[in-house]
Amino acid sequence: MTSTSEAAPMNEAVVTLPSDEQILITRRFDAPRHLVYRAWTTPDLVKQWWAGRRGQVDTVDIDLRVGGRWRYVMTATEGFPVAFHGEFREIVPDERIVSTEVFEMPGVAAEDLEATLNTATFAESGGGTTLTILVQAGSKDVRDAIIASGMESGMQEGLQLLEEIARGLA
Amino acid sequence: MIDDMARAATTTDAFNAVAEPRRRQILDLLAQREQPVGDLVEQLGLAQPQVSKHLRVLREVGAVRVREDGRQRLYRLNGSALKPIFDWVRQYEAMWSERFDELDAVLTRLKAEEENGNDEHE
Repeated sequence: MTSTSEAAPMNEAVVTLPSDEQILITRRFDAPRHLVYRAWTTPDLVKQWWAGRRGQVDTVDIDLRVGGRWRYVMTATEGFPVAFHGEFREIVPDERIVSTEVFEMPGVAAEDLEATLNTATFAESGGGTTLTILVQAGSKDVRDAIIASGMESGMQEGLQLLEEIARGLA
Repeated sequence: MIDDMARAATTTDAFNAVAEPRRRQILDLLAQREQPVGDLVEQLGLAQPQVSKHLRVLREVGAVRVREDGRQRLYRLNGSALKPIFDWVRQYEAMWSERFDELDAVLTRLKAEEENGNDEHE
């Protein structure tokens, strides 16, 4: 009965910076939230999407309980490994996952790495699901470090609006 | 009213300044051409005080410059202050977009499986 085709243009990832210590990612999916939650928390499924088109996921460990650990490792197309890990702090099935996240920087001791506290929220809306990921850094410096590392990794084009602006800046 | 110009116009302040969707729109319009606030008001469909408020934030972080032209004040983009920010947001958004596109494909399969599964549960 319901047509989903017209929803496609709305399903764009949007990144905003609500405060000095936060990054917010929002995306809508044309699927019920228990399926989005499943795809988000099932290792075999995470392996299929987490690398995007930038490489191959090698390892996905998810111990989905409060205090449980997670770790994702991928090999980028360019050949270098990329790894993140963290610990689950709060789990409300199909609704919310709060976890820490640490980017394993090569050559940096584990105890020197700062974790962010990430809240993934799955909200049903209009027959689909809106996923929001709020990345809370401990300080503005940590958030800026995330931004700095993102700038170095040479990723590809994004939203059309920003492309247009960037062209205007060139 | 005097703008609080004492505040340091650091890069990270600019990050926050451009994170707001309306301000991104204003920057987009200014990327097309230098223009007075009235033109922005018209194109955005916002009240002038709102637009002026956003312009003030953008000016404070150096993202937007202003000059007098007769009785008008013309606003323009200051590209060098913003390029790194746009690059980052664009890259970060692109990374998540790629992941989510792959996640869409996973969800399509899960939906199909669930529909088949539900039939068997009868």
